Amino acid sequence: MLIRVKRRSDPKPSELTPKSVYEDRRRFLRTAAVAGASAAFPGLLVSGAARAGRKLPRVRHNPDYSTDETWTDYDDITSYNNFLELGTGKEDPKENAHRLKTRPWSVAVEGECERPGVYDLEDFVKPHRLEERVYRLRCVEAWSMVIPWVGFELRTVLKAARPTSKAKYVAFESVYDPKNLPGQRRRILDWPYKEGLRMDEAMHPLTILAVGLYGEVLPNQNGAPLRVVVPWKYGFKSAKSIVRIRLVEKQPPTTWNTLAPDEYGFYSNVNPEVDHPRWSQKKERRIGEFFKRRTLPFNGYADEVAHLYAGMDLRKYY
Amino acid sequence: MRNFSSSRWLRFGLKPAVFLLALAPIGLVVWDAWQDALGANPIEAVTHRTGDWTLRFLLLTLGITPLRRITGWRWPMRFRRMLGLFAFFYATLHLATWLVLDQFFDWQAIVEDIVKRPYITVGFTAWLLLVPLAATSTRGMMRRLGSRWVRLHRLVYLVAVLGVLHFWWLVKADVLEPAVYALILSALLGYRMFANRRTRLRSPVTA
Repeated sequence: MLIRVKRRSDPKPSELTPKSVYEDRRRFLRTAAVAGASAAFPGLLVSGAARAGRKLPRVRHNPDYSTDETWTDYDDITSYNNFLELGTGKEDPKENAHRLKTRPWSVAVEGECERPGVYDLEDFVKPHRLEERVYRLRCVEAWSMVIPWVGFELRTVLKAARPTSKAKYVAFESVYDPKNLPGQRRRILDWPYKEGLRMDEAMHPLTILAVGLYGEVLPNQNGAPLRVVVPWKYGFKSAKSIVRIRLVEKQPPTTWNTLAPDEYGFYSNVNPEVDHPRWSQKKERRIGEFFKRRTLPFNGYADEVAHLYAGMDLRKYY
Repeated sequence: MRNFSSSRWLRFGLKPAVFLLALAPIGLVVWDAWQDALGANPIEAVTHRTGDWTLRFLLLTLGITPLRRITGWRWPMRFRRMLGLFAFFYATLHLATWLVLDQFFDWQAIVEDIVKRPYITVGFTAWLLLVPLAATSTRGMMRRLGSRWVRLHRLVYLVAVLGVLHFWWLVKADVLEPAVYALILSALLGYRMFANRRTRLRSPVTA
């Protein structure tokens, strides 16, 4: 396990926030007002009024698991999304964000475990201390961002459910609501969206369930109200708007892998050495930058996760 | 009704208007770049927009002949070359965006992509095939090449097919948009096959 000592040179989160955010006066005022309100009413998230843009209460920045790279601009993170339920264009999810109904919302934890259950979102999130984790996100389309997520480790949820010895994989299922979600009216993908992880991947401390970003309630276009974030894998592995977490014995079918198995593997670890059949994965464009960067193995998290795949042929298990 | 085939009206009215209109898409790209309105990934936005307009101008160019044949109007023919050259113009911008803004002259990556990625292979081939067509688009070249000019310029059919294929092959899941281009292209090419066969049947020489 990784133990990183916090260096004194490590910047505080406030120093990392792009200047443009602070310069945007309207936004600053709104944030300040909301922050004041949530200090007075710490239960804001657990009230039915939790909406994107509201400051999340009592979030602790976790420097051990955060990169000190410059955060991608808030507007870019929230206007450039692959969320096909809300449309196929990159800006569609923002435009259609209001069509995703995040309340009421329940999450089922089920399958190979001793304590399955269906929880109301608020009850599901309440026991957890929210942490800020600044992660790199590398999309399979060769662009990347740095996102300050707010969430908690998935493993705490899994442990609480007491997995049986048969639990070898975790399957995630995203929202299915074709009445409201414009993208689900056509079978672009085999809805609902499904993803999955091997048990040790799901139990890894880097794997989190996110409920916010930039210290605020997760905007709908980013997968509200609850999403997985697995920073060493291509972005599509981090399923959005989760309604079901299922512990299973066999490797579960996943959406992109089912659609094009030669292009999207079950593992889909970020790997500059294994190209997507249609494009190179050697480099990536960090959103907000002009020159491409070299893509790092496991998206720069090799020290933390490479051992999970010791002895595996990563060309075969791409 | 206005007489559209009047030479003066065409040359000094309609043609400059169409010319300016055809420049509007790139004008909008420049304007959006200036206004910082190209979104989170501006290079991708420019690539997509120049690519879209290449295909649109190719289809517009291929629409001229059917339009003339169906309506009997002769004046649309006066726009065919201009539209074709605009297709080449946008294709060149599209290619240049990729070479300069996207890859930034990383020749190794560029050559690798052209060789290894089928969608880039066909896209690049389509652009290459457009070069001789643009180069021989002048009146002088038409005269010099005679009947060979017509045969050479049939390459545009192949270019359009490769262009649509290029789009189709790069899409991740939703092929709706390239399918629309493919449908229009099939109609335009299908019309030619149909029309040519009818002419041949009617002509006593080949019958």
